[in-house]
Amino acid sequence: MSVSPSPSRILRNLLREEAFYFFTSIGNYTGQSAASLGEFMQKIREIDIKSLEFHLYREDFEKWTAQTLGDAGLAAQIKNLRLRRVVGNLLREQLYNVVSKRNRELKAKLTFRVIT
Amino acid sequence: MKIKGRSVALDALDWEVLELLQKNAKQTYTEIGQRLGVAHSTVYDRIKRMEEHGIIKKYGAIIDLEKVGIRPITAIVTVHTDPKQSEKIAEKLAEFNEVLEAFTSFSEELVVIAKVIARDQSQLHSFIAESIAPLLGVLRIRTSIITKKYKEKAFGTGLTYNPSRKGGQRS
Repeated sequence: MSVSPSPSRILRNLLREEAFYFFTSIGNYTGQSAASLGEFMQKIREIDIKSLEFHLYREDFEKWTAQTLGDAGLAAQIKNLRLRRVVGNLLREQLYNVVSKRNRELKAKLTFRVIT
Repeated sequence: MKIKGRSVALDALDWEVLELLQKNAKQTYTEIGQRLGVAHSTVYDRIKRMEEHGIIKKYGAIIDLEKVGIRPITAIVTVHTDPKQSEKIAEKLAEFNEVLEAFTSFSEELVVIAKVIARDQSQLHSFIAESIAPLLGVLRIRTSIITKKYKEKAFGTGLTYNPSRKGGQRS
């Protein structure tokens, strides 16, 4: 049985080489990166739609959230967006909703643990 | 060939020998001599001196990877950099096996240009995303995948000597 990582681990600040780097196509880096789940959530609101579509359909978001952040649950929700073939501003909106909801849940768990 | 301080001046015959060697480095001294109308001993002497002075750095093989079933892709990767970091980025890129050539350049801003080889687009993207984008000082990256090569040459005779000197000194 696998043990899911703690909220603090998923919410941690990552090393430079672990960050998510936003590209718009093969080899074309936008200069934007996210080194935590919180920063990733913010970048979703401002990054070029082309970049969101590029990474969603390459499964890069799923790999990064599952393998680097260690959040398989979030990866599954992002996979669901991909399977529903969401694009454009709807993708930005729904991806932001999924990630921000997860971010809130994790922060709430973290606060609860600190209090108890 | 004349030595002037720390630099070496080549004459027209030296340049012609170099051009023939670039086309086919396995030619014999006699074959080169016949093409240029000079004795094979003259060719031997010129080549030896150019090797000794490091003008001819090495002889290599150009491999046709397609013949062994590998069809790599080549890309020109332009890395826009923080000016303070461009030298370090270029040095770092030069260490990677995937990078064939790396340069610093200045147009409107400082950039590092690298010629990169990869097995396929997926490997190219992974290399850029995982090895180049995270380097400190990288601002953004533009990549052009080469679709067809029309010419490849180490140097052009137009840069190296004046053709009007062709009939000049040959010793």
